[in-house]
Amino acid sequence: MDDALMRVATAQRSKAGQAAEIRVTGMTKHFGGFTALDDVSMTAAAGSFHALLGENGAGKSTLVKCLVGFYKPDAGQIEVDSREQRIASPHDSSALGIGMVYQHFTLVPSMTIAENLVMARSDVPRIINWRRERERLAEFMRAMPLKVPLDQPAARLAAGDKQKAEILKQLFLERRFLILDEPTSVLTPGEADQVLGLLKEMAGRKQVTVLMITHKFREVNAFCDEVTVLRRGRLAGAGRVAELDAARMAEMMVGERVIPAASGGARPATSPTAAPMLEISDLRVENESGVMAVNRLSVAVRPGEIVGLAGVAGNGQRELVEALLGQRRPVSGGIRVASRPYTAKRADIGLLRVSGLPEEPLRNACVAAMSVAENMALRNFDRAPLARSALVSRGPMLEQARSRIAAFNVKSRGAHAPIGTLSGGNVQRAVLARELSDPVLLLIAADPVFGLDFAAVAEIHDRILAARNAGTAVLLVSSDLDELLGLADRIAVIFEGRIVHETAIGSADIGVIGRALAGHAAQAA
Amino acid sequence: MLLFGVFVAAVGKDPLEVYQLIYAGGFGSGFAWQNTLSRAAPLILTALCVALPAQAGTMVIGAEGAVVLGGLAAAVTGYAVGDASPLVVKLAMAAAGMLIGGLWIAAAGALRQYRGVNETISSLLLTYIAIALFNHLVEGPLRDPASLNKPSTPPIGSANMLGALPGLDVHWGLGLGAIFCIATYVLIYHTTWGFAIRVAGGNARAARLVGLSVDRLVIAAFFLGGAAAGLAGMIEVAAVHGSANASLIAGYGYAGILVAFIARHNPLAILPVAVLVGGISASGGMLQRRLDMPDATVLVFQGLAFLTILASEALYGRLKLFGHGARA
Repeated sequence: MDDALMRVATAQRSKAGQAAEIRVTGMTKHFGGFTALDDVSMTAAAGSFHALLGENGAGKSTLVKCLVGFYKPDAGQIEVDSREQRIASPHDSSALGIGMVYQHFTLVPSMTIAENLVMARSDVPRIINWRRERERLAEFMRAMPLKVPLDQPAARLAAGDKQKAEILKQLFLERRFLILDEPTSVLTPGEADQVLGLLKEMAGRKQVTVLMITHKFREVNAFCDEVTVLRRGRLAGAGRVAELDAARMAEMMVGERVIPAASGGARPATSPTAAPMLEISDLRVENESGVMAVNRLSVAVRPGEIVGLAGVAGNGQRELVEALLGQRRPVSGGIRVASRPYTAKRADIGLLRVSGLPEEPLRNACVAAMSVAENMALRNFDRAPLARSALVSRGPMLEQARSRIAAFNVKSRGAHAPIGTLSGGNVQRAVLARELSDPVLLLIAADPVFGLDFAAVAEIHDRILAARNAGTAVLLVSSDLDELLGLADRIAVIFEGRIVHETAIGSADIGVIGRALAGHAAQAA
Repeated sequence: MLLFGVFVAAVGKDPLEVYQLIYAGGFGSGFAWQNTLSRAAPLILTALCVALPAQAGTMVIGAEGAVVLGGLAAAVTGYAVGDASPLVVKLAMAAAGMLIGGLWIAAAGALRQYRGVNETISSLLLTYIAIALFNHLVEGPLRDPASLNKPSTPPIGSANMLGALPGLDVHWGLGLGAIFCIATYVLIYHTTWGFAIRVAGGNARAARLVGLSVDRLVIAAFFLGGAAAGLAGMIEVAAVHGSANASLIAGYGYAGILVAFIARHNPLAILPVAVLVGGISASGGMLQRRLDMPDATVLVFQGLAFLTILASEALYGRLKLFGHGARA
């Protein structure tokens, strides 16, 4: 094995600076009963700039993780430069000259770029001869079109320079095949154009082959030569970018879907003039790093309707939901519930009967160390009958838990078990029981069925529809377009923190939605 | 226990004899029990200063600062209103001690909630500030000119001292500690406010989801904990020393951390644990007299006990992780 690796490594060194071709045939990968990749084949020619397109969960990440050896595919072959290779670990892929740049930075913030680059090498000697390393680096940098200040600590660099340094690191490691996972999600459009432009030049000189995961059609059109589109783990299409337009690619991405004529049976007659239950206007919310994740977003939800908020993950949905549920303070703009300003204070929540199903319920909606009964009482522990003046009474709390456990079929070791010991689906059911047992006027749900099995998904969808039919206004945020098409009465598409497209389900055009998801709102309108 | 035995053997004493003496010194006689219970009183209260913020999901180790400043505030108040009826003086002293102690620890809470400062570090550093402030005031502006070789504040007067519990030779501090402890238990486990504290401490995100004002709850828990420690300072002044002087800086705040951890932050469990730890430290003098061991020996014992608790807690978490892994 070591011998083989050595040979590969030697062969690779002789080819350093020469782009590699990768051909994947019949790649399949299962996770339990779920098929993440189903018989996918693709070819990235040497020196090409190849785009990998697809919705969330289409299998893009699984595919590239198989290429860099993080996952072992269940079936299929990988050929590098027309020779079949087994990639069992990141070590193997690195020996073949395949490298990956992640969405998030992996530089050590307190070290300079030079130190970061040298440390990334696998053959760093115990005592580093910095003078020799610096000479090597200087020589390497002369050949590179990307320029980054080598003596600055990584933490001081702007996002664009950091991303360039990440790419430089991969090139310094003599990669011949570079995989980029949404490389521009942290960059401004200007920075993105610069970085991608430089990579395109290098690919054009056949120094490296680039495979880029992206959602942005604009970048595909401007920089890529070839494109492969995945949909639900299968190959949905491929071709030369020059021969395809955005509409055609959007169609491949979202597929030929039949929009269900009527979902959830009888729809209550929502008059379009009814006063909105939830009214968001010009809302702006910052994320942790100070970027305006929600930027002048306006949307309204009326009683008895489900508004589906579609969008590729990372376009501000998480921040929007957190702002609506009181977990994050908006920068500006208005949230009104039942025509009153709303700040998610406990009194308001109780009065206006607002419920929330946030993503990752154990992290966002439960106290893991407290019991199922206590968690089910989070909404009403301070109201009768659970509270008598300032005292909490255990009896009614247990009684409430037992009836909710039965009604929502929560499987646990009993009402006293810490909720952290329950399985994901049962935590979700327990939260659902808490949020939907009492009448609700407004429900905010974010990816409520994420990671659940088939039966649980159907059940939770039924409960949301039942609430809608009872007159609840529902804002359903999901990155799964199928879920929204099946449930929503209206669809709004969020892109870069604002609504770029809104349509009633009856007049929805899947092509337009697909383009809006990718930020092509101008053409869509 | 075993580790401490090895330590004792290493310094050339018979471990069994030492254990016997610890028992005799702490719990072996009426006098020993008195000594133990008098030491337990402040420990109960300083342990609450760790346990209450711990229920709100934080780790405060600065009870010592609240003890010395609470004691100082009580001594000054006692002197200032010394002419009123003794009951009024005692109430005023307790109120002053609790207020100052509470505000001191609440400051660490506010720093955490509004400025993101780690409460463990800030409460510890605040303790150093408190002790420096205490020394400055006692040796300077507030010094009683009559206290010559031990700088003290003016005495509060013997009429205003806390007396003994009826039928016992133990001062009222123990009673106050026990009452405070039981009240805290009821507060944490049986009131809506305590429920909200535990939710905010267990998961601040979930608490915000259901509309609880996490910042205010956490700071209130810090304030109550600090008030308990400030009361401990008041008791030391009003029942033992009669004025505020350097004897107040006796490490009760740190021993309280040990008590709270052994009691797993349960207010009711703090009572017996405080008595146990009080007994161990009460036996220090006995060890010194009989075996010629330094009285710091018992600190070694306490330290080893603390390490063992922490290690078992870490191990417990690990084992639970294994359990999760097996189920997944």
